[in-house]
Amino acid sequence: MAENVIHLNDEDFDELLKTSEKPILVDFWAPWCGPCKATEPIIEALASEFGDQMTFTKVNVDDNPISPSKHNVQAIPTLLFIKDGAVVNQITGMVAKEKLEEAIKSVL
Amino acid sequence: MSEYDLVIIGAGPGGLTAGLYAARARMNVLLIEKAAPGGQVLVTDWIENYPGFPEGISGFDLAEKIKDQALTLGLDIETAEVQGLDLSGKIKEVILKEKRIKTKSVIIASGASPKKLGVGEDKFMGKGVSFCGTCDGPFFKDKVVVAVGGGDTAIQESIFLTRFAKKVYIVHRRDELRATKILQERAFANDKIEFLWDSVVTGMDGFFGVEKIHLKNLKTGDKSEIEANGCFIWIGILPNTEFIKGVVKTDESGFILVDTQMQTNVPGVFAIGDVRDTPLRQIATAVGDGAVAAFCAEHYVENL
Repeated sequence: MAENVIHLNDEDFDELLKTSEKPILVDFWAPWCGPCKATEPIIEALASEFGDQMTFTKVNVDDNPISPSKHNVQAIPTLLFIKDGAVVNQITGMVAKEKLEEAIKSVL
Repeated sequence: MSEYDLVIIGAGPGGLTAGLYAARARMNVLLIEKAAPGGQVLVTDWIENYPGFPEGISGFDLAEKIKDQALTLGLDIETAEVQGLDLSGKIKEVILKEKRIKTKSVIIASGASPKKLGVGEDKFMGKGVSFCGTCDGPFFKDKVVVAVGGGDTAIQESIFLTRFAKKVYIVHRRDELRATKILQERAFANDKIEFLWDSVVTGMDGFFGVEKIHLKNLKTGDKSEIEANGCFIWIGILPNTEFIKGVVKTDESGFILVDTQMQTNVPGVFAIGDVRDTPLRQIATAVGDGAVAAFCAEHYVENL
């Protein structure tokens, strides 16, 4: 189900940022976060729709504390939209699927 | 489907319950949810006042169970954001971004959202300011946080925050709490919690995130500040009724007025749960509202 969303750890995160040619969406989540788990199917659906134009990833903030603190993420779910190595948009909290779609389209 | 018997807006516990009752009644029903099913229950860490779960249950797990039950009974859920309602004709229309859905009846179960302080906290959203202890509490391990409010949510979530934070200041504008007694007892017994009575937050500042919170004592007028990295706001809710402004009658705060059948001033349009004018907003009450509304909507459609 979730193969179209890549699980990143702190090390691959930096590597992907440097090398990815496509824009990247990073979903910061944790297993204890209800809204994160509830958002998961929405992200997966968007990944299968936009996966060829954007790299969909997720970072478990429990196991990987460095990446969130580097990007000053203090709330989850937080979605970072990264283009050419720079954060171009950040969405915190649960949002409507249509809003996420718009945010994705605006970075493509 | 050219025309539904019933469209339900919002998949919180109330909407899902209305959906499962309507599905069992073999109504031609659709539930529309803009994000994920569950609603505000999803941000609730632990629920111990919903019957049937003597050990308590996490908000996410309860939401999943209610959703699964509704799906098993044949409810269809569509992910979309409702833009408005056209109730001018006998057949009503639910307006989405790309289409209109025709239906004989509507149940509005769009819930409510946390109220903001309005003291410039917007720029710290996700940078120290939060409405969700369950989601964001662990980011404040060994830090000092401020919680604002005196109701059930404020007190229960503040107790939850003490698992992580080294100190939780609860700022409340009065000198007593509105929260349920059992929660008050737990908060007063918790030595990480300190109450700042008769006080309000007047502002906050910081460079990367929240660093300092400004307070004012309403009785003495004294101003003070606390060094804290988190500010959790639980001062009440606002109804999610932007999309139905002027379409159905509400009270002055925007909560929808209904009769004992959960029907609004427009026949065939019902409102349930947190979005309606009600003395108590709980999962248990939303679920009851949902059952009543589905039953009455079925009767309305049969007699149309």
